[in-house]
Amino acid sequence: MSVKFLEDHLPKLMLAPSFIAMLIFVYGFIGWTAWVSLTRSRLLPKYELDGIIQYERLFASLRWDTAFSNLFIFGGLFIVIAMILGLILAIFLDQNIRSEGAIRTIYLYPMALSMIVTGTAWKWILNPGLGLEAMVRGWGFENFTFDWLVNPDMAIYTVVLAAIWQSSGFVMALFLAGLRSVDGEIIKAAQIDGIPNWRIYSAIIIPSMAPIFLSAFIVLAHLAIKSFDLVIALTGGGPGFSTDLPATYMFAMAFSRGDIGQAASSAMVMMGVVFAIVVPYLYSELRVKND
Amino acid sequence: MTDAVYSNTGVRSQMTRIALRWLLYILLFAFALFYLAPLFVMVTTSLKSLEEIRTGDLIALPRDVTFDAWRTAWASACTGIQCEGVRPYFWNSVLIAVPAVMISTLVGAINGYVVAQWRFPGANIFFALMLFGCFIPFQVVLLPMARMLGLMGIAGTIPGLIFVHVIYGLGFTTLFFRNYYVTIPAELTKAAKVDGAGFFRIFWSIFLPLSLPIIVVTVIWQFTQIWNDFLFGVSFSQAGTQPITVALNNIVNSTTGVKEYNVDMAAAIIAGLPTLLVYVVAGKYFIRGLTAGSVKG
Amino acid sequence: MKNFAITVSAIAMLAGTAHANPEAEVLHWWTSGGEAKSVAVLQQEFADNGGTWTDMPVAGGGGDAAMQALRARVLAGNAPTAVQLKGPAIQEWYEEGVLADISAVAEAEGWADVLPASIAGHMKCDGSWCAAPVNVHRVDWIWANADVLESNGIAMPNTWEEFNAAAEKLQAAGIIPLAHGGQAWQDATVFEAVALGILGPDGFRKAFVDLDEATLTSPEMVAVFDQMRTMRGFVDPNFPGRDWNLATAMVMNGEAAFQIMGDWAKGEFLAAGKAPGEDFLCASVPGDGFLYNVDSFAMFAVDGDDKQAGQALLAELIVGQNFQKVFNLNKGSIPARTDVSLDDFDSCANLSADDMAASNEGGSLLPSYAHGMALRGAQSGAITDVVTSHFNSDMSSEDAVAQLAAAVANSM
Repeated sequence: MSVKFLEDHLPKLMLAPSFIAMLIFVYGFIGWTAWVSLTRSRLLPKYELDGIIQYERLFASLRWDTAFSNLFIFGGLFIVIAMILGLILAIFLDQNIRSEGAIRTIYLYPMALSMIVTGTAWKWILNPGLGLEAMVRGWGFENFTFDWLVNPDMAIYTVVLAAIWQSSGFVMALFLAGLRSVDGEIIKAAQIDGIPNWRIYSAIIIPSMAPIFLSAFIVLAHLAIKSFDLVIALTGGGPGFSTDLPATYMFAMAFSRGDIGQAASSAMVMMGVVFAIVVPYLYSELRVKND
Repeated sequence: MTDAVYSNTGVRSQMTRIALRWLLYILLFAFALFYLAPLFVMVTTSLKSLEEIRTGDLIALPRDVTFDAWRTAWASACTGIQCEGVRPYFWNSVLIAVPAVMISTLVGAINGYVVAQWRFPGANIFFALMLFGCFIPFQVVLLPMARMLGLMGIAGTIPGLIFVHVIYGLGFTTLFFRNYYVTIPAELTKAAKVDGAGFFRIFWSIFLPLSLPIIVVTVIWQFTQIWNDFLFGVSFSQAGTQPITVALNNIVNSTTGVKEYNVDMAAAIIAGLPTLLVYVVAGKYFIRGLTAGSVKG
Repeated sequence: MKNFAITVSAIAMLAGTAHANPEAEVLHWWTSGGEAKSVAVLQQEFADNGGTWTDMPVAGGGGDAAMQALRARVLAGNAPTAVQLKGPAIQEWYEEGVLADISAVAEAEGWADVLPASIAGHMKCDGSWCAAPVNVHRVDWIWANADVLESNGIAMPNTWEEFNAAAEKLQAAGIIPLAHGGQAWQDATVFEAVALGILGPDGFRKAFVDLDEATLTSPEMVAVFDQMRTMRGFVDPNFPGRDWNLATAMVMNGEAAFQIMGDWAKGEFLAAGKAPGEDFLCASVPGDGFLYNVDSFAMFAVDGDDKQAGQALLAELIVGQNFQKVFNLNKGSIPARTDVSLDDFDSCANLSADDMAASNEGGSLLPSYAHGMALRGAQSGAITDVVTSHFNSDMSSEDAVAQLAAAVANSM
């Protein structure tokens, strides 16, 4: 009886530790954050509830406005461009390229380095006085201008640029893997029928990679929401606070300002955004699998 | 006549193809430059003397190549009052990353195996909850986690850091293995069960041998995440257990000290070497692993 | 009950010094170059007195990362023995009930007699001593390239009008008048220097210590933002994100004429082999007063005789004559205690010490808001948000003042 019981429930038992850990360390902590966001916690967490004052403060804060809208500018551009670039590079690399391995590694390596490591280099390259602009002007193109980093209206795009640099190689790898796993027979048949290459890609190969688009989207969305090192290393949130993101806002409130209640409320709003993105994905993903 | 026309267009299309081919290589080369630019700046700076950095162009080639900065960064740069470079911290990172990667990969494999092959009511909900956990911003968990580690008596220790990395790595490792194992026909498990094989037997002798590609993907992903982590490393360590990213930060981020950019860059490259190495060596298997099915959602 | 515990631990600390083996884990963010050397001096003295020092350095963001580590350690019930803390943050941590009382050492050593009153005030919590001061950085310095000033016939400015006139002259000569790095804390550093000049010491205190709304919204505050807008015209276009030391380098190599920065900038000049008074000049920014940024160590409540003995020994050494001298020679600041001989210090440090003594008597020795000495984090952060956002956009001064009042109110 007990052996039988064990056998029947072994799979569930094996999941149990992960399940419990997740309940505590993910959902328990989200609950904790929700609770703290309703208190007046300053330096350390306090637990006396005090209404929605932190949310009122959050929505009254101009800096949060900037950070929150930056999440959508940054996240949107980053995800879309990284996907397009990754797909293009994958298709390029799929054309029987000589020394494909070396090129692939060059495209992929940025993912291996943290932005703490590459931030300073990026800062120099993007700085008009030190980097690219100065170099191109040195070649004689006196009117060349590339001053996004120091322009409050454009600085967020340099963050997008660095983020794309870091992740597009990974997306390329995902798509390349996808291209390689498309059934070769179908492509051959299409080629024999005289269908041009670009049609083969747009009508046969790319549509068959729909699941990869989803995987890439999830990886990129997760990176976009967690982007923190990137901003700290590249712009420090500046000029002014024009490149602040919710993650950096939360960090500043919690750790440099001793305003933990405020940080918790911004975290809850972020979790709301994550929820809005992930739940539809999960829904479609799991429903298909149940069919 | 007709022959001539044919061969003419043949030559033309041949020419177009060669031109396109050239264009393709030029584009690939341009992108390679884009991806290599920061690394180029870092390497050249690390090979310059401080004097040359102060007076010269920040992104020019070094006039005199010197490896002093590398020696300093590895063995004698100050990260506080200790001036032993990043070396001691390097080993802390190894001690944290290796067990954390192994444990999270193993647990993720078993989780993925159960969710994909041992369907039971609620398995999908478990998976959904797990996946959602991937997205939790780590800044959120710092304070409650600190309290928990204190209660568990592993605050500030290397086991504590391993624990944290395993917990927050499980979402992704489970995702990877689950997506890989769903592509393996359920009939395989059924047949094995009919033959009387049990839960572990099927895992060890059927699934694990098939898993090399996805193990490579998972290990690369986890190793990169854990090795490069700064947030957990700085929050949950104490003197003697700080990982290399914290040491790097201590070298690079001095507020009111004199900045030694060459040492900063050398230290940064040293800190990035293990992950770089993993990508270069295992990169091929990485693509292969992804091809083998992990990306099929 | 809490007081009783503190008294007991104070007695234990005194008793402890006699026979325990002092040990300390020290959390600080002085990790490189001159800073690290300066801390090493303390560690050496600590070791010479039989102590065991465990180093816990966490650099970054002017202590933000260290504060993050500190919170995690305190919540885990694993607080470091001594922590680099400064300004009102000391009292904030005290209110959480996690600081130890070091009055026994302070009284035995007579700190009250050797520290300027306003600086001593920062080291006290509810009347008892809870932190030990290490140094005094002056924040309201203006640094200049001597050759550039001379060849353009310019003297160090005594008023902001003079500064503006000099800057216009330099600009006409093709020199960047003000070397500046556009990071929020650097914007705030310039802002408070300007504010001190225009509001005067009393106005500064009302605005940035008392957060008096009338002062924050006064016409003088509008004038401060106007001057900031003028200053914005004196910096080069590539300033955003620049590290302060790169701005110092611009002054050093004659690309720029002035920099407004605390006295840690001196370390950069000296490291490059420049001599004060000859290659570079130092002066206080136009206007009366002295803005200080005092580094200090607070002791956290910990168990164990050895650790408590370590805390007592550390506190004693930090405020000791020898350490105050050696440390500050390394760091570019001046000793917090006023009875240290300054013969070995350079002319800028001597000027700083004289001004500190004078302003202490004149009541114009003021805490720096930009460096977290005047206000708690939430309030000073809210002010900095407005300052940096004004400096980096075309916001009008009136709008900035309105936002300032709103942001301060919202931060409460």
